[in-house]
Amino acid sequence: MSAAGHGVDPEFLALPLRSLADAALSRCRALGCEHADVRVVRVRTQVLRLRDGRPESSMDSEDLGLSVRVVHSGSWGFAAGVDLTSDEAARLAGQAVAMARLSHPLSTERVELAAEPVYSDVTFVSSYQVDPCTVAESDKAAVLADWSSRLLAADVVDHVDASVFVVHECTFYADLAGTTTTQQRVRLEPDVTAVAVDATGGFETMRTLAPPVGRGWEYLTDPAAGWDWDAELAELPDLLAERLRAPSVQAGRYDLVVDPTNLWLTIHESVGHATELDRALGYEANYAGTSFATFDKLGSLKYGSDLMHVTGDRTMRHGLASVGWDDEGVAAQSFDLVRDGVLVGYQLDRNMARLKGLGRSNGCAYADSAQHVPVQRMANVSLQPDPDGPASAAELIAGVEDGLFVLGDKSWSIDMQRYNFQFTGQRFFRIKAGHLAGQVKDAAYQANTTDFWGSMSVVGGPATYLPGGAFNCGKAQPGQVAAVTHGCPVARFDQVNILNTLQEGGR
Amino acid sequence: MSTLAPQELTERVLALSRSDGCVVLAQETSSVNLRFAANTLTTNGEVRGRSLTVIATVDGAQGTASGVVSRSNVDLAQLEQLVRAAELAASAAGPAQDARPLVTPEQARAGAGAAAAEQAWAEPAQVTTSAVMADFAPALGAAFDRARADGVELFGYAEHDLATSYLASSTGLRLRHAQPAGRFELTGKSHGRDRSTYVGTATREFADVDVPGLYAQVSRRLGWMERRVELEPGRYDTVLPPTAVADLMVALYWAASARDAADGRTVFSRAGGGTRVGDTLAEVPVDLYSDPADPRVACEPFVLTTASGSASSVFDNGLPLGRTSWIADGRLSALLQTRATAEQTGLPLTPGVDNLLMVVPGASGDLDQLVAGISGQALLLTCLWYIREVDPQTMLLTGLTRDGVHVVQGGEVVGTATNFRFNESPLDLLGRVAAAGAGQPCLPREWGDYFTRTVMPALLVEGFNMSTVSPAS
Repeated sequence: MSAAGHGVDPEFLALPLRSLADAALSRCRALGCEHADVRVVRVRTQVLRLRDGRPESSMDSEDLGLSVRVVHSGSWGFAAGVDLTSDEAARLAGQAVAMARLSHPLSTERVELAAEPVYSDVTFVSSYQVDPCTVAESDKAAVLADWSSRLLAADVVDHVDASVFVVHECTFYADLAGTTTTQQRVRLEPDVTAVAVDATGGFETMRTLAPPVGRGWEYLTDPAAGWDWDAELAELPDLLAERLRAPSVQAGRYDLVVDPTNLWLTIHESVGHATELDRALGYEANYAGTSFATFDKLGSLKYGSDLMHVTGDRTMRHGLASVGWDDEGVAAQSFDLVRDGVLVGYQLDRNMARLKGLGRSNGCAYADSAQHVPVQRMANVSLQPDPDGPASAAELIAGVEDGLFVLGDKSWSIDMQRYNFQFTGQRFFRIKAGHLAGQVKDAAYQANTTDFWGSMSVVGGPATYLPGGAFNCGKAQPGQVAAVTHGCPVARFDQVNILNTLQEGGR
Repeated sequence: MSTLAPQELTERVLALSRSDGCVVLAQETSSVNLRFAANTLTTNGEVRGRSLTVIATVDGAQGTASGVVSRSNVDLAQLEQLVRAAELAASAAGPAQDARPLVTPEQARAGAGAAAAEQAWAEPAQVTTSAVMADFAPALGAAFDRARADGVELFGYAEHDLATSYLASSTGLRLRHAQPAGRFELTGKSHGRDRSTYVGTATREFADVDVPGLYAQVSRRLGWMERRVELEPGRYDTVLPPTAVADLMVALYWAASARDAADGRTVFSRAGGGTRVGDTLAEVPVDLYSDPADPRVACEPFVLTTASGSASSVFDNGLPLGRTSWIADGRLSALLQTRATAEQTGLPLTPGVDNLLMVVPGASGDLDQLVAGISGQALLLTCLWYIREVDPQTMLLTGLTRDGVHVVQGGEVVGTATNFRFNESPLDLLGRVAAAGAGQPCLPREWGDYFTRTVMPALLVEGFNMSTVSPAS
C-alpha cells in the first residue's frame, strides 16, 4: 500500500482477472508448457498541452488487454488480444503455443528460466497522494495556464509550451508456478518551455529542470512533494534573457561540473543501457544496439574512476522503474552494476540469468502493455553520492579554475555500442577561478563512455543527490517505452571535449 | 466485452452523442512479428488490438472546444460513459485554437480517395496472422543455416501489420481505410562481431521479401570490411543510401509545422516574421513531396488523427489528402498545415500525409551505379542512427553512422573506415548534393517505428561533417 493508503483501483479488480488466468493457464498446462504466464494490463494515459496559455491538445486514453506468454519445448511463444473472456484467454494460450511451435525449428537456444520463489496473491501500489487521473481536466489546465501566464508576463518570453503527461498503470500477473501479483503505479511528467524570439530571426528556448516522477498530482501543487515550481518559474525569464545575450562557447577542453538534472541522462545512456545483459549478449543488435561492456569483461572492465559506484534498483520510493514484482514474477531488488569503478553486474531477466549461470534474476523484466512481450528493461540506475563528498555544487565549482557548469538535459545521442556520446543542456555557465561567470550558448559535450567516467574527479555528497529520469526510453522490436529514474549527485569531470554547435553546422 | 462490428460501434456512439459535434474513430489492428539474434529466434508474437476514439466538440460564446477520449476495450454498457467523458472534457476545455467546422462528406469527396473509402465502409477489418510468414519463416531458417556455414551471425526483425480505420462523424462522414505495413531488417556480424552491417526493407504484403537476396547484400558488405582504412574525423564527400536520406528528410518533415515557423521557432521561420515558404533551399532541383496514391507507399487519403498539435487538428478528420509538394525544384513550397494554421499563415491548406518521397529530376540509377560514377574518393554509409536535434535554429542534427562506413575510390569500394558521429543540418545538406540516384522505396532505419513509407534516392553530398570517431562495430 502507498503512503496515502491507496489500494488498487476497484474497477480493475472487478475485471475477471482470476478466471482469465485460470482459463489460459489450464490450457497451457494441458498443452504441455514448461512455463506460462498471463498478464492483464490496463494503462491510462492523459496528455494535456497548452500553447501560449491556451489548450492545444488533450488526450485521455486507456489501453486494456491480456496476453499469454509460454515456454513450450524450449521455445518462447506469445499472443495478445483485447477481449477479456475465458474463451479468448484460452484461444490466446493456444495461439502462444502455436507461435512457440513456429519458432521451434528456428531456435537453437533452449529457453529456461532462473528459479524464483512463488508469491501467491501479493499486491503493490506505488507511493503517491493524489491520483492525477482523478483531477478534473479543467483543474489540470488551470495549473498549466497559471504557469504559462506567469512566464508570458515577462518581456523576454514570446511563447510558452506547458504540458503534463500522466500515466496510471495496473498490472495483473499469474504464472503456472503459482505466483499471482496485482500492481498499480502512477507517474507524471510536467514540462514548461519558454521561447524568446529576437528580431533578427534568432530564437532561444529554456525548459524547466523538474524531472518526471512516480508521484501524484501533489507534485505540481505542493513544494514539499519534490519540486518548487514557483521558484523555478520565477527564475526562468531572467535565465532565458541571459542566454539570448550569451556569447557562443569556444570549442575546446574544459573541466565540467555536471548537475544531476543533466547527469541523469548521461548515466542513462552510457551506464544504464550499457549494463543491460540483453544488449551485451546481442539480442538488441538490430535495434537498440549492443554494448562495449561485453560479458567477458564482467568483474574486470575499468568503467570509470574509483569514485564510481552505480546501482540498479527497482525499490526506490517514487522511482519510475520501481515495482513490487517484475513482469515475470521476480521480486524487486537493488544491486551493484559498477563498484569502485569496475563493472560488477548486469540488469537481468529470468532467461538470461539462467543462461549465464548468474543465479536468480534481479527482476528487470517489463512490458509496456499487454500487447508486448516482457523484455529486460532498465532498473532505476543511479550514481551513488560520495558519503564524504561536497555538500553543494558551489563547493565543486569553487575547485574549478577554468570550466563549465551544465544543468538540464536537452539533446542526446550515443552510438550503437555505447561508446561515443554527445549531449547538450538547458544551461551552460562558464566557470572562471572557482566562480560562475555567466552563460554561454551553442555548447555540446562529447566523449567516449569510459574516458568520461574515468575523468570523474569529484563526486558530490548526499546533499547534492537528486533523482532525474525519463518517460520515453525506447527498446525492443516491436518498440516499447519504459519510464526510469536515475538518481545522482553533482559531479566533476576533467578536461572534457566541448563542441561549438554553430561551428559543427559549418557557420 | 464488446463484440460489435466497428461500424456499428461508431453508429452507437453518434446516436449517444449530445454535443454540438462528434467524430468517432474505430480502429482494428493485427500484427505478427518474429525477432531473432545470433541465428536463433528470440521473441515473437501474434497480436490483435482495437481502439475507439470519441472526439466531442462543444460550441461556446468564445469558440468551440474539443474533448478526446480513447479506449482500447469498451464494454457496450460503458459506451455511453465514454461518450459523456469526451463531452465533459470538451466542456471543461477552453476554446480550441484549431477549432473549425467538422468536415462534411461533400468536403471529403473533393479528394480522389474518398469514393473508395466510402464504398468500403461496410467491409470488415482486415486481419493478418502468422500465416503471412509461412514462406518467409523457412527462408529465414535457410538464411540462418547459410550464415552459420559462412561464420556470420544474423540479428533482426520481421513484422507485418494491418490496421483498419473507420471514421464517422455527426456531419455524415463514413470513411474506411485499411493500411498494410511491414518491414524486415537484417543485421549481419562476423569475425567475433568486429564486422557489422545492415539491410532493411519496407513491405506491404511480406510475400515479396527476398531473404536470400538480402542475405547476399549482407555477405557482400561484410566482405568489404576485410580492409580497414584509418580516417580522421572531418568533412568528407559522402554517399548517403536511400535509408539515410529518408531518416534525414523525415526529420525535416516533422520539423515543418507552419504554426511553429510562423511563431518564429524553427529553421523555416523568416527573420522578422512569417515563414520561408518560397525560399530556395537547394541549388539542385530537388522535389520532396507526399502522395497517398503512390502505389509503392500508399496511405490514407484523408486526415485521420486522434490528437491536435502544432501541425494536426482533430477538427480536420476526413479532410482529403492528395499529392502535396513540400520542396519543389529546390524551393520550399509548403509547410504542414491545419485549416486553422493555413488561415493564420495565409498559405494553402497542406495537411501532413503519412508518406514522403524525394525525386531529383533527371537522376537515375541505383546506389551501386551512383558509387560507380564517383571518380575520386568518397565515403559510403550503411545507415544512420540515434539522430537528435542539437540546434533548432539551423536544424543541426547529430547522430551516428551505424554498421559500417565504406571508402570508395575510383568508383569502387576499397575498404572500411570506423563509424563516426555526424553533426549536419538536412537543409544545409540539400545545398551540397553533387549527384543523385533514382528514388526507390526504402525503410528509414532510425524512424522505422513511426514512419515506414518513404521513397528516396541515394545522394552524394559534399563535405558531410563527420565530427568525431565512434569505435562502435
